[in-house]
Order: sequence, then structure tokens, then C-alpha cells
Amino acid sequence: METDFLVQTLSSIVAASTPVVLASIGETISEKSGVINLSLDGSIALSAMTGFAVAFTTGNVALGILAAMGVGALVALIIAFASITLRQEQVAVGFVLTMLCLELADFLGNPFVRKPGPSVGHAPIPHLSEIPILGPIFFDHNLMVYLSLLSVIAAWWWIYKTQPGLKLQGVGERPESAFARGVNVNHLRYIYIVAGGTLVGLAGASYSLSIKLGWSHRHTFGIGWIALAIVIFGGWSPWRVAAGCYLFSLLKALGSILQRNPAFASVPTQIFSSAPFALMIFALLLVSSEGVDRLLAFLPARLARRVDRAIRGRPPGGLGKPFVQE
Amino acid sequence: MSLGLIIHFIERIVKWLMPTWLRAWLANIVLSLSPILLALLFTTLILVAVGAPPLEAYRNILSGAFESPAKIADVVAACVPLILCGVGMSITFTAGQWNVGVEGQIILGAIFATWVARNLPWPQAPLLALMLLAGILGGALWGMLAGLLKIYGKVHEIFGGLGLNYVAQGLAIWLIFNPWKPADGATMSGTDLFQDPAWMPHLGNLRVSPLAVILALTVVVMAYILLRGTRWGLELKAMGKNFRSAFLLGVPSTPRLLTAFAVCGALAGLAGAIRCSARYRRMIPQISGGQGYLSLLVALLASYRPQWVPFIVLFFAAVGVGSPRLELNMHLDSSLGGVLEGAVVLAVILVNGWRALLARRQARQSIGAGLMPAPKEELA
Repeated sequence: METDFLVQTLSSIVAASTPVVLASIGETISEKSGVINLSLDGSIALSAMTGFAVAFTTGNVALGILAAMGVGALVALIIAFASITLRQEQVAVGFVLTMLCLELADFLGNPFVRKPGPSVGHAPIPHLSEIPILGPIFFDHNLMVYLSLLSVIAAWWWIYKTQPGLKLQGVGERPESAFARGVNVNHLRYIYIVAGGTLVGLAGASYSLSIKLGWSHRHTFGIGWIALAIVIFGGWSPWRVAAGCYLFSLLKALGSILQRNPAFASVPTQIFSSAPFALMIFALLLVSSEGVDRLLAFLPARLARRVDRAIRGRPPGGLGKPFVQE
Repeated sequence: MSLGLIIHFIERIVKWLMPTWLRAWLANIVLSLSPILLALLFTTLILVAVGAPPLEAYRNILSGAFESPAKIADVVAACVPLILCGVGMSITFTAGQWNVGVEGQIILGAIFATWVARNLPWPQAPLLALMLLAGILGGALWGMLAGLLKIYGKVHEIFGGLGLNYVAQGLAIWLIFNPWKPADGATMSGTDLFQDPAWMPHLGNLRVSPLAVILALTVVVMAYILLRGTRWGLELKAMGKNFRSAFLLGVPSTPRLLTAFAVCGALAGLAGAIRCSARYRRMIPQISGGQGYLSLLVALLASYRPQWVPFIVLFFAAVGVGSPRLELNMHLDSSLGGVLEGAVVLAVILVNGWRALLARRQARQSIGAGLMPAPKEELA
């Protein structure tokens, strides 16, 4: 009985993490190539709305997912064009696009607010889902959840284990050197930003078609900012980013268990909905501040080094800077 | 006579009639207006896509903003918080900081002002003065918190500010639902109305408070002088242009950054106090109403120059006051106004980038043709 409850909770955490995992892996890919896609929050909202709206009108969930991915890619393409070709400030473009996409999602999504609609069907993987404990946790979900798990593995494999992945790292870390080695820096950056944006669009679709069905005003509530913060928290490495996402969902699940506790009945739900953001600040503080160095000094040296390696990450060297080819 | 010759003559006549500076000036105006046209084209396409008549939508927004003196007064009143926050954000932008925490700073200002209004049974003049001061204090403290997180915690101000926005929102809702709940039960519509002395006086029947407008315009002038004519402003600019060089040249970066955050927070807090005293006359959960994010767009459009903020704000306020008409008359969501505003800012960025790109190409071509000496170093 006890293990049943635990397995069920873990399984629901894996499912609930889907959009955050997809979005932060997409952002990791984009930032690895050296460009910040700050539009995540708006991009997710707009693609979630589009995904639901298309699936609702056509009755075809697959079309909805494709449309959402297209929206994510399109927003990323604007970021790429403005920051690479036009050399405008990445953060400015990203922020303006966030606002624009949020408003656009509200405007275009108006006819679809609170309508019951289609969703991605439950599809346990045969055989694998029957493995005790691991089966129900990882293999008893729908397509979106599997894609989120796959995205983590694929991103790690691509970035660290393949030749193109090495080029991707080079383009993000030291674009000048990559260029000297014959890599077309801006061309590759375009490709990876759009690829990352496609994943962000998929994250939007997973929101409205799998996690929180349908569409409403401020449906995706700040999830993009959380994903952006998790990329920093995870030190730009897919495994640690994914770990950050699951940790976040775990804490959120604990929060909702607390919320159901009668002792907390008088606390309005909005407190719980703003708690993740306090947590976000705290997490970033943990991985970046000098205060942590002082805390680590209390640990034995070998352990301190390990803890430091485990919680810190270094941003790609060329992050946020346009590459000027001469 | 061939067409080419006619065009040639027309060109000669135009050149003879208009001096170069006038032509450059006209070209500049056309280019400056092109983002607005692009943005209007974009929203028009969106409207056509949802099957709504675009011209009627724009007419509704315009008449919703300017049809009567009462509406114009609403627009002027809506300008006040945007001007205050836009000027504040211009100051932090000048120092190179993305202070997106303005939304939370507005909320904290409103919370502090509400505390004063609820707890001090004073006559109007001292009570209002204290409410505004409390708002300034609350906003400044919240702004400094983002600054401290940035300086000592190395948390990027975008994440610190955004996180604090959501925390401030949670705090406001907790206050409204617990210690400040009205006698007949707490709702999202806010606290009880303030007592009469805490209401900022309006101009006759119009919903605009002259005091607030005067305060906002004073702030614009003061910020202009501070940034243009003081050492503090110069040091902020130096930090914004190149943080490391400024530090090496002896600009005390920590205190300057903190004061920049505090000043921006103070202005946002003042805006919050004015919003709850002059507009809602109570504390409501949505007291900031997205003004913080809008003012970021304002500051971007004003290229961080306080003197341009009021003119840009006029456009934003008019769209904001006019667009609820869309819901009343056309059953469209009023967020179209936000779409238009966002599209204008995006178009400005894209058009600026495009012009810079063309200039770079032209420079390269002239170098290729040997018309111009190669520049020593091209800056990105």
C-alpha cells in the first residue's frame, strides 16, 4: 500500500514535469549554441494555445502538436534573425516577444477558453510498463511524457557523444575558434535555436493537450521563467537540467500535499502558486552566490570539491554575444 | 521625352527645392514611423484572421480613448503610473540593468500605502503625504532587494526581479485574504474602500488627480536633470556602457547600482501608492495590472531617455484605455491593445537592426570600391 502510493506519486511527478523538461531541454540546446531564447514564457503560452485550438477545430491531436511545434520554431526563428542577422540585443528581443506572445495567446485563444477538447491518449508501452516499480513510473504514460524522457537522453547523446554535438559546443563556447576550424557559426546557431524552439513548442502542446487540458487566461502561469531558471540551475547540462525539473515537480507535489492538509486550509491557494518563484530565487542563489563558497569551506576538501562540481555549472563562453565574422 | 528623363528632372527639382538636411530629416521621419505601420499591418492581419473588421476595431480603440473629456481624463490618469515606472526603468537601463521587478515594486508601494491608510486616522494632507512616502519606501526596499540579490547573490536581475514579482503578488493576496479582509468576507475584489482622507482628490467629476499628474511630470524633469547634469548620472551611464571599465576607472559600482535600483523602486512604489489612492481607492490583488511590464516596453521605446517617456506613454495609455471597447462592442478580447504595443516595440527593434545592417553593407561596398578608407575596427 505504502509503495503503491509512492510509485503513484513518482509516476505523476514524471508526468507533471513534461512541459518543464521539454522547454528547458530546448532552451539548453539553444543556449549551448550561444543564443538565449528569453521568449520561453510567451512562446510556451502561444504554442499551448495554438496546439489546443488546432486540435479542437480539426479534432486531430497530431495536427495540434505539429502546429504548436511550428509556433515554437517560428518564435525562435524571429529571435535568431534579430539577434544573429540584425545583431540586436538578445534579451531585449526575447523579452518583447514574451510580452507579444502572451497577449497574442490571450487574444487568439479567447474563443477557446474553458472548452473541453481532445487530449493526447494514454498509451502504456507494452512489456516495459509491466516491469515492477520502474514500469508504472516511466512507461505507463502518454506520448508527450515519453518524448520528454527521450529529449533528455537525445540531447545528452547529441551534445556530448557526436561530432555535430562537438561543433555545437564549440560554436557556443568559443565561436572564433570554431570559425577558424571551418564551422559556419551563425548557420549552426540558426539551426540549433530553431531546433530548441521546436522543443519549446512541443512543451506548450504537452501543457494544453496532456497536463492541464484546454486553454484559459494565463494558462501556463510563469512556467517559461521557471524553465529558464532551471537551465542555469542545471548548469547547461541535459541530465542536471532534467534533474532540476524533476526536483522542482517533486517540491511542487509536496506543496500540493501540504495544501490539502487541514492545518494549511486557511492559506489561500495563491500563496502556493507563488512559492515556486521564491524557490527559483533561492535555487539560483544556491548555485551562484559566494555565500555557498563559505558554506562549502566547512566541508572536508574532497567532499567540498564534489559538491561544488555537482551544483555549479558554467555558462557557454559565447552566450549572449553576437558573432562577428571578419 | 522618355520616362527616365522625366524622373531625372523631378529628382533635380526636388534636390534643388529641398536642402540635404531637410531630405535626411524627412527620410528619418518616414523610417521612424515605419515600425508603427508594420505593427498596424501585423494587428490588421491578426484581425482579418479572426474575421473581425480591422478599421472598426481601430475606430473603437480611438473613440474609447478620446471620445469625451471623461475618457481623455482617464487616459491622462493612466499615464501617471506608466510615466513613473518608465522613468524609473530608464534609470536602471542606463546603468545596464534589466530591472523587470517593477511589477513587484508597484505592489509593495501599494501595500505600504494601504497600511498607512488603514492604520492612521489623520487629516487628508498629512495622510496623503505619508501614504506616498510609504509607497516610495516600500518600492525602494523591494527594488534594493533585487539589487542586493544581483550584487551579493549573483542572481541575474531578470530572475531576481521576476521571482520577487510573483512573491509580492502572493504577499498582496495573503494580506487581502487574511489581515485586511473586509467584514463580509475576502474576495479577489480587494479590501474595503479607504476612509475619505486617503482618497487623492480628483479634478471635478473627472477620474484624474491633478496632484498625481504634477508629481509624474516633476519626476520626468528631475530624472532628466539627474541623468544629464550630475556625476551620479554620468557614472550610471559609464556602468551601462562598459561595467568593467567604469569599475576600473573608479566608479563605486555597488552603491551606484543599489541607488539605481532604489530610485527605480521608489518611483514604482509611488506609482503603486497613487494607483491605490487615486484610482481604486482600496487595495486590490491586481494593483500592478501589468504596468511594470508595459513600462519596460516604454523604456525600450524611449531608448532609456526620461524626456521621451511621456510621449510614448501617451500612446500606451490611449491604447490601454481604449481597448476594453473591443470587448464591449465587438466581442473581441481587449488584449489586442497589448498585441499592438508589443508589435510596435518588436518592429522598432527589427527596423533599427535592419537599418544598421544596410549601413554595414553599404560601408563594406564602399570599402570594396575603394571609396572609403577601411574602418579601424568594426564594433558589433
